[in-house]
Amino acid sequence: MTSAIAVDRLEVIFDRFRALKGVSLDVQPGESFGLVGESGSGKSTLLRAIAGLAPVASGSIAVNGKTLGPRRDKAFYREVQMVFQDPYGSLHPRQTVDRLLQEPLAIHGFADGEKRIQRALDEVGLGNGFRFRYSHQLSGGQRQRVAIARALILEPSILLLDEPTSALDASVQAEVLNLLEEVRKRRKLTFLMVSHDLAIITHMCERLMVMQSGEAVENLAAADLVERRVTKDYTRNLLRASDGFVRTG
Amino acid sequence: MSRETKTLLEVDDLRVTFPTRTGLIEAVRGVSFSLGRERLGIVGESGSGKSQTGRAIMGLTPPQARISANKLAFDGIDLLSVSPRERRALRGKRIAMILQDPKYSLDPVMSIGRQIVETLRTHEKVGKAEARDRALAMLEAVQIRDPSRVFNLHPHEVSGGMGQRAMIAMMLIAGPEMMIADEPTSALDVTVQLDVLGILDRLVSERGMGLIFISHDLRLVSSFCDRVIVMYAGKVVEQLKASELGHAQHPYTRGLLNCMPKIGADRHPLPVLDRKPEWAA
Repeated sequence: MTSAIAVDRLEVIFDRFRALKGVSLDVQPGESFGLVGESGSGKSTLLRAIAGLAPVASGSIAVNGKTLGPRRDKAFYREVQMVFQDPYGSLHPRQTVDRLLQEPLAIHGFADGEKRIQRALDEVGLGNGFRFRYSHQLSGGQRQRVAIARALILEPSILLLDEPTSALDASVQAEVLNLLEEVRKRRKLTFLMVSHDLAIITHMCERLMVMQSGEAVENLAAADLVERRVTKDYTRNLLRASDGFVRTG
Repeated sequence: MSRETKTLLEVDDLRVTFPTRTGLIEAVRGVSFSLGRERLGIVGESGSGKSQTGRAIMGLTPPQARISANKLAFDGIDLLSVSPRERRALRGKRIAMILQDPKYSLDPVMSIGRQIVETLRTHEKVGKAEARDRALAMLEAVQIRDPSRVFNLHPHEVSGGMGQRAMIAMMLIAGPEMMIADEPTSALDVTVQLDVLGILDRLVSERGMGLIFISHDLRLVSSFCDRVIVMYAGKVVEQLKASELGHAQHPYTRGLLNCMPKIGADRHPLPVLDRKPEWAA
């Protein structure tokens, strides 16, 4: 079976800084794959490189068996969509939800926009009442729902999720995570999800990769983390940190 | 007040109201608690009024807002009737505050060392050389390895964790009796978060300070504090000992605890909060 995403020895260099140092990755269709690491580990850069938003120096990226060139074509964006971390920064402040959702449809020449917008809003649990609001009239969780609707409206097969819930309250986070799981099940999507939170990744993903300073530290299955079968100290530290504060002495 | 009976801070029926175009918004609606030399956590979601409570105690409420309370007293001083001048003398000297992101709370055009020295010399009469020595000692106390190097750096030249340590050093140098920490580690990586909390914990207990720890993370707060106040829609819905969090009564507290994904707990879908209007009543 061809991989949904296959990344081979990818290097990303910003000026002289090597943000990614030869990272390889393989995600099967329908799988949910997590990237974990601290800030500066390159996890978001890897995601952005796949989306065509980071300068690739060498290595290759293939999506659904097709190796990508330096420029992404329209067909690529029908297959791959991205949801960003900050719902306050990723929606146009002067466009209504309706406009926001219409734009990808117009770019890709869909005729049945009306129907698709309604369906997308229903799917993320917002309904028609939100259609003509501006993003500042929405809460953080509602905004992230709009961002997810915008990603889903082109019916992609792969979603790139860059810390989709880290700007949200815990209870809203649970709602958005549930929504993401639901749409994945319904549409058989492939997820590549970035988070600094091990608990979220083990909840959402079957397999994951731990990253540190631009390199892969180790590849694990979520079940390994639950059983604490980790081999690297760095992962062990992350695991300990996710248990919360422990008073010493 | 398990360790010492002396009350540092008394808050009774605190209200903070913001006038808006559509009428008055009550951000804090009748919050009451008292603080001794202990670690008190205030937990709630965005908009619950937890930060406004902390800011009202610190005297940082925006000028258009109105504060009222039956009692808002720090060490017997009525904070509502005190003059701005006396308030300034308290702020930084006896009550200190740490904010979420050191990127925004440190002065970007002043070296870290100078900012710490400035804080110290505002509140105490000390010579330049002594102030420098004390600032360096304080930087060492927050576990910065090379204090003399960091002393001369500007905030943009240090990492988030380092910046937050510098912030803690600055807040502690005047030897405050009470510290308000508003999401002090939310902008930091998880492992750095634990380092910073460890430093804060050690200094607070060594110096016998009262600490108000404001956060949205109920688990983190309960692992760090002695007592926890849970706020919802500007009100305190539950007050309990951190060790008894497992026996929380209020559905909101229980919901907040349950909705976080946990390693090893296989729950699909995650339980979500079913907000009841009567919680806010």
